[in-house]
Amino acid sequence: MKNKKPMPGPGSFAAVKRTVGLFFQFYPVLAPLAVLCVLFSSVVSSIPSLFVQNVIQIIEKWYVSRDWAAARVELMPVIALLIGLYVLSIIAITVQTQLMAYMTQGFLDKMRQKMFNGMQDLPIKYFDSHKHGDIMSHYTNDIDTLRMLVSQTIPSLIQCGAIILVVLSIMLYFSVWMTLVLFVGVFFMFLVVRKFGGGSAKYFMRQQKSVAATEGFAQEMMNGQKVVKVFCHEEASIEAFDKVNDALFEDSRRAHAYANILGPINNNIGNILYVAMALVGGVILLTGFPNLSISGKAFGIDILIPFLGMAKQFTGNVNTLSQQVNSIVMAGAGASRVFALIDQQPEADNGYVTLVNAKLDEDGNVTETDERTGRWAWRHPHQADGTVTYTPLRGDVRMVDVDFAYEEGKEVLHGVTVYAEPGQKVAFVGATGAGKTTITNLINRFYDIDDGKIRYDGINVNKIRKSDLRRSLGLVLQDTNLFTGTVMENIRYGRLEASDEDCRAAAKLAGADDFITRLPEGYNTMLANNGANLSQGQRQLLAIARAAVADPPVMILDEATSSIDTRTEAIVQRGMDKLMEGRTVFVIAHRLSTVMNSDVIMVLDHGRIIERGSHEKMIAEKGTYYQLYTGAFELE
Amino acid sequence: MIKTLAKSVRGFKTATLLTLLFIMGEVFIEVLIPTTTADLINIVKAGAALDQVLKAGLVLIGMAMVSLCCGTLAGYTCANASAGFARNLRRDIFVRVQSFSFENIDKFSTASLVTRLTTDVGNVQMAFMMVIRTAIRAPLMFTFAIIMAYRMAGRLAMTFVIVVPVLVIGLLLIARHAMPAFRAVFRKYDRMNESIEENVRAMRVVKGFAREDYEKEKFATASHNICLDFTKAERLVALNNPLMQLCVYFNMVFVLLVGAQIVVSSGGTVIDVGQIQAMLTYGMQILMSLMMISMIYVMLTMSIESMKRICEVLNEESSLSNPPEPVTEVKDGSIDFDHVSFKYAKTAAKYALEDIDLHIPSGSTVGILGGTGVGKSSLVQLIPRLYDVTEGSVKVGGVDVRDYDMDALRGSVAVVLQKNELFSGTIKENLRWGNPQATDEELTEACRLAQADEFVRSFPDGYDSWIEQGGTNVSGGQKQRLCIARALLKKPKILILDDSTSAVDTKTDALIRAGFRSYIPETTKIIIAQRVASVEDADLILVMDNGRISAMGSHEELMQSSEIYREIYQQQTKGGAQDEE
Repeated sequence: MKNKKPMPGPGSFAAVKRTVGLFFQFYPVLAPLAVLCVLFSSVVSSIPSLFVQNVIQIIEKWYVSRDWAAARVELMPVIALLIGLYVLSIIAITVQTQLMAYMTQGFLDKMRQKMFNGMQDLPIKYFDSHKHGDIMSHYTNDIDTLRMLVSQTIPSLIQCGAIILVVLSIMLYFSVWMTLVLFVGVFFMFLVVRKFGGGSAKYFMRQQKSVAATEGFAQEMMNGQKVVKVFCHEEASIEAFDKVNDALFEDSRRAHAYANILGPINNNIGNILYVAMALVGGVILLTGFPNLSISGKAFGIDILIPFLGMAKQFTGNVNTLSQQVNSIVMAGAGASRVFALIDQQPEADNGYVTLVNAKLDEDGNVTETDERTGRWAWRHPHQADGTVTYTPLRGDVRMVDVDFAYEEGKEVLHGVTVYAEPGQKVAFVGATGAGKTTITNLINRFYDIDDGKIRYDGINVNKIRKSDLRRSLGLVLQDTNLFTGTVMENIRYGRLEASDEDCRAAAKLAGADDFITRLPEGYNTMLANNGANLSQGQRQLLAIARAAVADPPVMILDEATSSIDTRTEAIVQRGMDKLMEGRTVFVIAHRLSTVMNSDVIMVLDHGRIIERGSHEKMIAEKGTYYQLYTGAFELE
Repeated sequence: MIKTLAKSVRGFKTATLLTLLFIMGEVFIEVLIPTTTADLINIVKAGAALDQVLKAGLVLIGMAMVSLCCGTLAGYTCANASAGFARNLRRDIFVRVQSFSFENIDKFSTASLVTRLTTDVGNVQMAFMMVIRTAIRAPLMFTFAIIMAYRMAGRLAMTFVIVVPVLVIGLLLIARHAMPAFRAVFRKYDRMNESIEENVRAMRVVKGFAREDYEKEKFATASHNICLDFTKAERLVALNNPLMQLCVYFNMVFVLLVGAQIVVSSGGTVIDVGQIQAMLTYGMQILMSLMMISMIYVMLTMSIESMKRICEVLNEESSLSNPPEPVTEVKDGSIDFDHVSFKYAKTAAKYALEDIDLHIPSGSTVGILGGTGVGKSSLVQLIPRLYDVTEGSVKVGGVDVRDYDMDALRGSVAVVLQKNELFSGTIKENLRWGNPQATDEELTEACRLAQADEFVRSFPDGYDSWIEQGGTNVSGGQKQRLCIARALLKKPKILILDDSTSAVDTKTDALIRAGFRSYIPETTKIIIAQRVASVEDADLILVMDNGRISAMGSHEELMQSSEIYREIYQQQTKGGAQDEE
């Protein structure tokens, strides 16, 4: 109940329908079988009243003469039939519940994979524009509402619906008048559901908001807990917390109160209805009011008694049904969010130029080969004449007059032109938000440019298949992300078919081998929680090793901003330098000390390159770079 | 654990007890209803006069009304009690965290604390509600219903002797096998969700290395494994349902058959058809209450992890506490380190500070230089007693910091932390953290001193400008200057700046220091910096290395005596490495 986000949109019902549709699509045989079982067991569980009526008739007949032996003869076939039905019903229930357990989990597994697989193909933009917490909640909260829907809500809808229909027909079969009395009671129950169910939904929604507010407040305060301490601000922050906390209490109290009250009220309406029906029945019996029924039977005690039982069953199921309404609304909202993720447009890739292993013959001609030669070539098929040309991979990257906007109308790069020849080191410096990272996002096509050209070895990057383009570009990011697994597996992430030797060699190149061998289990040490058991510097070294094992001709290095201890920083720097040797490198620098030996330094400001050149040249010019360098200029 | 949590019920004890009381009332009526109904049926069956039927009916309606009242009131008080318990629990957690020392804070991540405060408390609230609603209801209903059934139908109630043990044993067996399976798979499930989070966070790496297919395969295996484990556990639990139905059906057949025999052979004198109907209802009540007990068991086991996590916070003792008779006044800003050694954890092998012996007269300016991780921050954090020394002692104003009232000490020692935070609110509100009573003039003055006044005024709303959470809408340099202003408002005897001007340009940095000299001369100032220029004119400069003070003296002295200092100085003045940000 807590994670309820009732947002019944117009697509909500459609989402429920689609969920059910998918369920049947996944289990075209088993799902209908389960439905049949539910229907069968519901019918069986609603007909005892018929048997009770039968049994009472027999009792009525024999109880004056107290002849049990004679009664037994009549009774036995009825009971035997009942037992037979019950055995079948137990089988049906067992089959149904086992099937549901099996299918529910299978369904969730399939849905999770659908979501996850779809998510892998989404553009980076999706991840940049959605909070990670929100994405995660699709896998936790939203999936959970789907579980509720398929494993509980839908079966109980079918069950309650079936029971209600069967009971209703039996009741009409016996007596229309009594059924009408029942309807009056059910009408009141609906009123109650509307009043209290509605109130409960309203406050659950408010509770949801209050939880978010409390969470936000606590998050901020606890994040700045040390500041709170040094300013002795504890009392004040407790006071402020009390405010949001009390608001949450109020909403939660009301929401639950409404929800809790719903049950007893409906239950007792059921009880009162029971009495009312007994009275009406009594009156009919006494006055001999003519019965109206499908069966045409006269009204008697043998009808009245099972009727009362059925009334209980009827109201009980209406009660259960009314409680499912909430969970359908919830599931609808959850399902629409799940489908919103699944239906996201995947990253478009119209590239047809691929990266292949290449062999050079004596004449310098490039031919394609299957084995890993350490040389690569772009395989470029030409649609017009069906020929294929091979261009050796050199690492020549040119951006010409590139404009780019993350959001329409808010251009962040204006006319950026960058030439990087094979083996050159190009550095970008500039304030946060000046567009350094954006440029590298465009080279590996995390985002596509709005205007201008980017060419890689003379090929328009739009023509290159994205996975191949990215395979040719090594990436060391500002924030190191490691995966749960061993150190070795993490390095191998750079090239899945790399041998242990390759990985060790890459670690040595990066300068990571030293610390890895000192870990308790060396290369087999398990990393968890983004490598929380390693220091910041060590994690960076692993990221460098990971890029090194991929051995790409072009590297993009986004330097870490956070400071690490000087000794490790020197080792990291050495690792980076090793990695850069003989490659085209784009460096996003946060320390000017690391860019001095670049071939070209680009100074970015508000999406424009305002200065470019070598360190010496720009120092001599005494422009912005010089001011940054001497510390006379605040970058941010 | 229960004892720790129970303390948080406090003001909602009455509501809790009332809930129990009302539920007892409700149950009592609920078990009386079938008997009364049986009477009614028998009356109707006997063809009694209408006024008799009416009378019995009214009794029943009266009972329904009482049950309705009890049920409604119970629902209301129960919601109050559980929501109130949750409120108190949240408050207790928050208050406990406020009492944490730096050492305690380092131990818990913000995210884990927030989860405890929201999700875990939510789970416990639901469990609490469930328990007070059903923990008394189920056993009570079970007992009452059994008693009533025996009193009413005697031999017919034998059915429960058979049904109840079957159901109890069945439920127990299922729960005993299913619970461990569930606990195991829940852990796996958590791990899978963590790996999804990992994937989302590392999406740039995944895409950068074109590893989408690899990740899909990895996930498919994990997800499918979990599916198999879950299916196993759920199929066990799914047996509950047929088991329950089996008992209900058995009860039905038994009551009909044996009941018919008794009614017929006794001619309706021992029991009558009304009792047969009532026995069916009692059967349902008894079986349902057993089912409820097994549900409570499941619910409690599921929320036990949450309870544990909450107790972990509630039972965390602050590692620092006030002395019994604290000194409440700080005389002056003199600071003495007497052979201080310090490490962050008792078990840590390495000392963060070793044998620091340092005496700073009140009103002087001290600069501290050194690489990252050499102990600069550790050193200054001992002064306002954010951590306690491991060996030796730190004195402020001639008194050991451990003898002060902590609020009094921290009121006199202002620290601008390296990892500083502004909070969502106006600039004014943020500044008043330093002194809630500060007048607008005082705020302006502090900002002028911190070189913040000018840019604050340039904002459209001036001092009433809104600061976003974490101060994301001001630049790094502006944030640092606001933090300095906030600290200045405390009018401290000692002011500590821990690398607090790193994003401020050198010119402004110099202006801030000049301001300190002329406006707060009697305040002791300790400045940690990366730039020599920031400390050059200090009375005393410490060069730290590897947890020790490697050199100490004025600029001139250090230029003579310390090679490290000379190196840093030369490197920086000839225009060497400077932090860009």
